[in-house]
Amino acid sequence: MHTISELRKKFVAGELSPVTVFDEAIATITAKNGNINAFLAVFTEARDEAVAAEARYKAEGDAAPALLGIPLAVKSNILIKGKNATAASKILENYTATYDATVIARLRAAGAIFIGATNMDEFAMGGSTENSAFGPTKNPLDTKRVPGGSSGGSAAAVAMGAVPAALGTDTGGSIRQPASFCGLVGFKPTYGAVSRYGLMAMGSSLDQAGPLTHTVEDAELIHSIISGTDSYDATTLTKDTYPEVPVKDKCVFGVPRKFLADGIDPDVLDTFNAHVEKLKAEGHTVVDIDLPVFEKGLAAYYIVMPAEVSSNLARFDGMRYGLSVEGDNLLDVYQKTRAQGFGKEVKRRILLGTYVLSAGYYDAYYGKAELVRTKMRAELAEVFKTVDVILTPTAPTPAFKIGEQEDPLAMYRQDIFTVPVNLTGVPTLSIPMGTVEREGIDLPVGVQYIAPHGGDARLFAIGKKVYDERQ
Amino acid sequence: MTKEEVEHLAKLARIELSPAEVETFTTEISAILEYVSAVKDIAGDAADTAPTVGRHHNIFRKDEVTNEPNSFTEALLAEMPQTEGRFMVVKKILNTDS
Repeated sequence: MHTISELRKKFVAGELSPVTVFDEAIATITAKNGNINAFLAVFTEARDEAVAAEARYKAEGDAAPALLGIPLAVKSNILIKGKNATAASKILENYTATYDATVIARLRAAGAIFIGATNMDEFAMGGSTENSAFGPTKNPLDTKRVPGGSSGGSAAAVAMGAVPAALGTDTGGSIRQPASFCGLVGFKPTYGAVSRYGLMAMGSSLDQAGPLTHTVEDAELIHSIISGTDSYDATTLTKDTYPEVPVKDKCVFGVPRKFLADGIDPDVLDTFNAHVEKLKAEGHTVVDIDLPVFEKGLAAYYIVMPAEVSSNLARFDGMRYGLSVEGDNLLDVYQKTRAQGFGKEVKRRILLGTYVLSAGYYDAYYGKAELVRTKMRAELAEVFKTVDVILTPTAPTPAFKIGEQEDPLAMYRQDIFTVPVNLTGVPTLSIPMGTVEREGIDLPVGVQYIAPHGGDARLFAIGKKVYDERQ
Repeated sequence: MTKEEVEHLAKLARIELSPAEVETFTTEISAILEYVSAVKDIAGDAADTAPTVGRHHNIFRKDEVTNEPNSFTEALLAEMPQTEGRFMVVKKILNTDS
């Protein structure tokens, strides 16, 4: 296992070549990807960039860009110019991106090498990476189990040792839950901190891109490069959008005990409680808090998200790009293309979204859900007057077995702790908090740290203290 | 949620569904709607939740061309399922029989 910061030191010192690291990454992918299915596409042609990086380190040393020669994996709903980007959907099977996403352009400028596109739940809809049109990804820590989702391919790419870090997207937990299942650090920034230009839109008021890494330090480094105002995304934040959230040496942590009373695996809860005790022992304060509206966010999420999905995916019409199925007339082309191009979960969410937005139901569903979001934000603002960081487990269970969760509603409950964060737009960091044993295998589970809007730096500071320094 | 309602939604969403899909979606979407209906109680009275303009709001830019003419034309044409010269071919939308 390499971290970015280790690789960087060795590259600068001349102890290791970016070419060696690139070749090792390709060798790992060749050996393991047939079984794990983390990568949908591998960009072997990028080796030229590793060769160039080696020369640049010799010439520039520590003055070389921060990510020069670092191989990264990228979720396949993020556009890299000239590369196949499918979002794991048949409707985009042969699609080639025509421009770089802002996050890609910024990482490229920092010298990163994109080594492959990773598997995911189709259009990021799911929590297990089983909804991919190109087969499920397996969890490298126990191949009978899912890696989580929807950024499961990105998590597996890091966990199987191919790359030190990967990019994911998070609409309702899609970076954090796979990080939890694969023993990684996952970060979902404040909404608007990172540009969504070049990300395939799922829920436009919820989506953010972020890193999956081995350390909080690496997550912070990637975030520092991809974040910032972007003229191509009018929802990106400026420096003064939110008041400054100070970094603290000792934090007051709030634990919503009632939220944890129901539907959570007892072993996960024990691990969480042990984590809380450790925080207390290290001199932090932990208090009980009450979040009566926030904890019911899941119901609002499964209205807002499908509503945005049904609008965003209307663009797939079989006309301008992607799959096109021949039909008798225009309507027939639309209906056949979308029938053959979309998988079951995508269809389910489009139909649900169409329903909640239709005349006569709009006020009862979408209108109410938006009202719930307003209440959730108000509730958080009140709690953050006395608490620095809110703590919950990232997911209610460890990684489950492939094929185990068949009922869609049961699968949606995986997101119970993660979706309220996206609905309110606050930043959150998932770090490994320990393991729970299943059939003789220790499976990692994560804890989620939530800060106020604009408090990304506070999360990195406390995360480095409680996670990186313990490693 | 009835089968007819699901069929109507599918028509609105421009997705052709098989009879088996209509069957499963009717059951599944009913269950999901029952679950999400809780928002009516969670939202409570609208009067006590005055809509607020957040700190985070949309920003408009000038309506002007930001890229060089033709810089994306070839790449975009290459992605189109059917083209004729520099045009995209679509089905006619007027005077269709159906």
